[in-house]
Amino acid sequence: MEKQNLKGWLYLLPAFLFLGAFMIYPLIDVFVYSFEEGYNSASQTFFGTGLYNYSYVLHDPYFLQAVKNTFILVVITVPLSTGLALLISLALSSIKPLRELFQTVYFLPYVTNTLAVGLVFMILFKKTAYSDGLVNLLLLRFGQGPVDFIDGPYWAKMFVLCFYTIWVVMPFKILILTSALASVDRVYYNAARVDGTSRFRIFTKITLPMISPMVFYLIITGFIGAFKAYSDAVALFGTNLNAAQMNTIVGYVYDMLYGDSGGYPSYASAAAVILFAIVLTITCINLLVSRKHVHYT
Amino acid sequence: MKITLEHVTKKFPGRGRKRHEEVTAVSGFDFEFPDGKLVGLLGPSGCGKSTTLNLICGLIRPTEGRIRFGNDDVTELAPEHRGVGMVFQNYALYPHLTVKKNIMFPLENLKGEQKLSRAGMEERALEAARLVQIEPLMDRRPGELSGGQQQRVAIARALVKMPRVLLLDEPLSNLDARLRLQTREEIRRIQKQTGITTVFVTHDQDEAMSISDLIVVMKDGVVQQTGRPQDVYDDPVNLFVAQFLGTPPINVFRGSVRQGQLCIGDAPVLPIQGVPDQEVIAGIRPEGFVPDGSGPLCCKLDRVEVMGRDISVISSHECCQAPALRSIIHSELCVDLNSDTVRFSLKPDKVFLFQSKTQERIRFEAAGTQ
Ligand SMILES: Nc1ncnc2c1ncn2[C@@H]1O[C@H](COP(=O)(O)OP(=O)(O)OP(=O)(O)O)[C@@H](O)[C@H]1O
Ligand SMILES: [Mg+2]
Repeated sequence: MEKQNLKGWLYLLPAFLFLGAFMIYPLIDVFVYSFEEGYNSASQTFFGTGLYNYSYVLHDPYFLQAVKNTFILVVITVPLSTGLALLISLALSSIKPLRELFQTVYFLPYVTNTLAVGLVFMILFKKTAYSDGLVNLLLLRFGQGPVDFIDGPYWAKMFVLCFYTIWVVMPFKILILTSALASVDRVYYNAARVDGTSRFRIFTKITLPMISPMVFYLIITGFIGAFKAYSDAVALFGTNLNAAQMNTIVGYVYDMLYGDSGGYPSYASAAAVILFAIVLTITCINLLVSRKHVHYT
Repeated sequence: MKITLEHVTKKFPGRGRKRHEEVTAVSGFDFEFPDGKLVGLLGPSGCGKSTTLNLICGLIRPTEGRIRFGNDDVTELAPEHRGVGMVFQNYALYPHLTVKKNIMFPLENLKGEQKLSRAGMEERALEAARLVQIEPLMDRRPGELSGGQQQRVAIARALVKMPRVLLLDEPLSNLDARLRLQTREEIRRIQKQTGITTVFVTHDQDEAMSISDLIVVMKDGVVQQTGRPQDVYDDPVNLFVAQFLGTPPINVFRGSVRQGQLCIGDAPVLPIQGVPDQEVIAGIRPEGFVPDGSGPLCCKLDRVEVMGRDISVISSHECCQAPALRSIIHSELCVDLNSDTVRFSLKPDKVFLFQSKTQERIRFEAAGTQ
C-alpha cells in the first residue's frame, strides 16, 4: 500500500515540478511583491514590508476608474450575452432547415482575430473629420446627432465596449448551449406534452433545469473572463486607456508594469491580488447560488 | 370513452443509405377500443406497439387513417389537448424533480375550472402514490430509485390527473416476477375501479392474457387477430398467433393430411374431416396430449418435471420443429418413467392445422365428434 502511494507520487512529480515552477512560484511571488514597499526591479531591493502598495492602488483614481469600468462591463455583458445566447440557441434548435448554416454563421466571430474585429468596430463607430462612420450615418437617419463612440462621451465608449464584448463572447456560448439543448432527451418533452404542459412551463421546468450545469459553467467563466478583460478595450481605444477613461483592472496591472508610466511591479502585484480577491468572492457567491438552482444528474 | 382507429398507417422516412425505403411501423390498424375496457396490445419486439401508442396519444401523426376518441376526431389534435395519461417504456421521469413533484407535475398544468389548490394537489398526489405503494419514497429523486420503483412512480404520474385514456407501454418489464404479478393485479384493480379506457402494451403474452378484456396481437405492424384472450388462444387464425400465445408454447410438427387422417411422420394420429390431402403444419397445445399406452403418437421420453398439480413431460419427436416437445398432463395420469418412449393420444380441439406455405389456419371437423 505504502509503496503504491510512493509510486503514485513519483508519477506525479514531473507535473508538480512544472506547475510549481511556472504557476505556484509566480503566484506566491505576486503576493510577496504586493507587500514589499518601494521595490526596485533593477537592483532588486526594497525598503520594507507593509500595506502601502494596497493603500496607494486603492487611492489611485486610475485604479478606481478601472474597477468601475470592469464592474460595469461584467454586470452588463455577462447576463446579456448569456441570455441572448440562450435565446439564439433555442431558436437554432427549433428550426430544422439551414440549422447548420446558421450555426456556422454564429460561430464565425469566435475564430476571427479579436484585434481585427476591434478595428472593424472602430471603423463602424468612429467619427472623424472626413466621415461619421456607419453607425452615425444610421443614427442621423433617425434624426439623432452624430456621437463619437470612440473618442466621445464616456457612456458612448462604454456602450461600444459592452457591445463588442458581447459580440465576441456570444459564439462560444451559443455553441455550448446548442449542444446542451440537443443533449436533452426528447422523451422528457414527450412526457411533458402528453401531460398538457405549456411551452413556457416546459422551458422553465424541464429545459432550463436540464441544461443548468452548462448555463452555470457559462456564467462562471463569463464572470471570470469579463473581470480579466483587457485586449477588447485596447482593440477599440488604443493603448493609452487611462487617458480614454476606459481602462480595466488587468489593463491597470499591465500599465503599472510596462506602460509609459510603468515600472512598478509592487503596485501591479497589489492590483492583481485585489482582482484575485474580487474574482474569488464572486465565484464563491456563484457556487453558493448554484447549489440551489443547478441540477446535476 | 372508446377509442377508434380507422385504417391507421404510420410510415417513417428511411435514413442514410436506405433513404428511399420507408419503414412501415403500423399498417392499416382498424380497431375499436371499447369504453372502460383494458386492451392488451401484444406482439414481438419491433412490431409497432409503441408506435401505435404514440399515435393514440398524439406524439406522432398517422400517415393515413383517422383516430377518434368517442365521437371526436382527434387525428389532428396535439397531445396536450387529448387528455391521455401515458407510462413510457423508459419511464421518462424528470430526473431533477423529486418523486412528489414528478407526480404533481401533470396537476400543476391544469388550468381554469380544473385547477386545484396546493393542498388539493398534494392530496391527489399522495392518493396516487398510495395506489402504487410508493409513499415512503416521495422525497427521493428518480435516480435514487430502483427500476421497479421508477416504474410505479411513472404509473402514479399517469394516473394522477384521472385521464380519459390510460396508455401503458410495457409498464412491468423491469419488475421482478413477484412484483410484476402484484403490480399487474394492481393495474387491473385500478382500471376496474376508475373505469378508464386502458391500452396496455406488452410482449409478454402471459401478462396480456391474464389482465386484458381484449387482446390485439400484432406482427410487423399488422394486426393479426383481436378478441377475448381465451377466444384467441382457443382459435388462432394463423401459426404466428398460435405460437405467440401460451406458455409453454404450442408444439409445432411437420405433418400431412392423407385420406381423412392427420399423419405425423408415417403414423396417422387424428381422424379429421373436410380437409383435402396436402402437406400441413400441425400445432398441438401442451395440454392437448393425453398419455395413453395405445395412443398413436409415439415420442422419445426425455424427462418428467412435476409442477405441483400438473406434470410436464418433456420428450422429442423427429417431426417436431423444436428439439423438446412439452406436454402438460394431470398428475393422476401416470407415465412410465422407466420406458424409453411415451405414447399419446390427442385432444382434437387442441390441435390446429396450418397451411405449410401461408401458415394460415386450416379449419377441420374432428371425425367422430359429430
Ligand atoms: N422514429 C422512427 N423512425 C424510423 N423508424 C422507426 C421510428 N420509430 C420506430 N421505428 C420503427 O418502427 C418499428 C416499430 O417500432 P416500435 O417502437 O413501435 O416497436 P415496439 O413494438 O414498441 O417494440 P418494442 O417491444 O421493442 O418496444 C420498428 O421497426 C422501428 O425500427
Ligand atoms: Mg416499444
